[in-house]
Amino acid sequence: MNFKLRVWRQHDSEEKGKFVEYQATNITADMSFLEMMDLVNLGLVRKGEDPIAFDHDCREGICGTCGMFINGRAHGPLKGVATCQLYMRSFTDGETITLEPWRAKAFPVIKDLVVDRSAFDRIMQAGGYVSVDTGGVPDANSIPIPKADAEAAMDAAACIGCGACVAACKNSSAMLFVSAKVSHLALLPQGQTERKERVRRMVARMDAEGFGNCSNTYACEAECPKEISVVNIARLNREFLRAIVA
Amino acid sequence: MTQKLFSARGKRPVDEFHRELGKLMWEWCGMSRNATGLKKALSAIPQLRDDFWKDVRVPGSADNFNPEIEKAGRVADFLELAELIARDALNREESCGGHFRDEHQTEEGEAKRNDERFAYVAAWEFKGAAQPPALHQEPLTFEHVKPSQRSYK
Repeated sequence: MNFKLRVWRQHDSEEKGKFVEYQATNITADMSFLEMMDLVNLGLVRKGEDPIAFDHDCREGICGTCGMFINGRAHGPLKGVATCQLYMRSFTDGETITLEPWRAKAFPVIKDLVVDRSAFDRIMQAGGYVSVDTGGVPDANSIPIPKADAEAAMDAAACIGCGACVAACKNSSAMLFVSAKVSHLALLPQGQTERKERVRRMVARMDAEGFGNCSNTYACEAECPKEISVVNIARLNREFLRAIVA
Repeated sequence: MTQKLFSARGKRPVDEFHRELGKLMWEWCGMSRNATGLKKALSAIPQLRDDFWKDVRVPGSADNFNPEIEKAGRVADFLELAELIARDALNREESCGGHFRDEHQTEEGEAKRNDERFAYVAAWEFKGAAQPPALHQEPLTFEHVKPSQRSYK
């Protein structure tokens, strides 16, 4: 298969970026999207050109490092799939593929398709933890948790923090991410100690980082590679209200 | 290190060296290895390392985000570590766990241990690029269990 890539190239956060076209040739349908990128970069290095910077790490959909806008959609055309688990068979031979970085004020471009997502780390540092000693592995069984609560907490904990929700949102809101982290801990007994403080601090940090607010378009849920539900955003709003009025 | 990587100004991308090293290790220092193959690896790896420093091409510059520098630094490390792994494998005249030396197997093709010579934990000391590394050993003594031939029978 052959593709024409229109790639956002930007030397650093200061420079104004632009689209540059590249050819991706001799690509097989079973190559992953990132393998296709590796091959294009190998060709660029051989020609003495600067390869396209993109983020990647585990390449098995669990680390949250990869992520780019592919043909106008976060993580590309498939539902519930991160960029690294997208394969070239999802594209048609000869297609033009447009690649852009996550675009949000709180995610400045570092280079090309790589953005600085440390704002997410700072939100986590503000409250995404428990300070109670939960003991060793066997102790987990000494705190019975209703099945429904455990399921809801684990669904929220599936968030890999990739930032697709922010990129997909017209307001660049981080509420799906923050709500997943707040829900995960608020639903479990271990998270009760800092329950109110956590939501206050994480929301304050989210606002300070320059993320927008939620206006319920559900674009985040549609593009989330882990299919985190917007139900979590409703829970975040309730948790926040509970923390500031009670 | 970074300056040294750029100063090579060669023709071959880092990925090519990484793949070539991977193939060498898979072929000669894999799950099943023998002295002949390990000696091949021990002559091929330093050669590949020399080629790397002479002919690697690291594009871009060090003044902004450049994943190729990180990759090159890692592969430079791998090129040293791979040789050490092969050296240690050659030194270990026994089969143990997943590390199978073809020369050391039972009649049934099972891993044959040599606990008289190889019951130790070890660290190799880097003695400079021109010198072979030195092996430091600390004996393992078993009081309650005795290492023995694995058998699923």
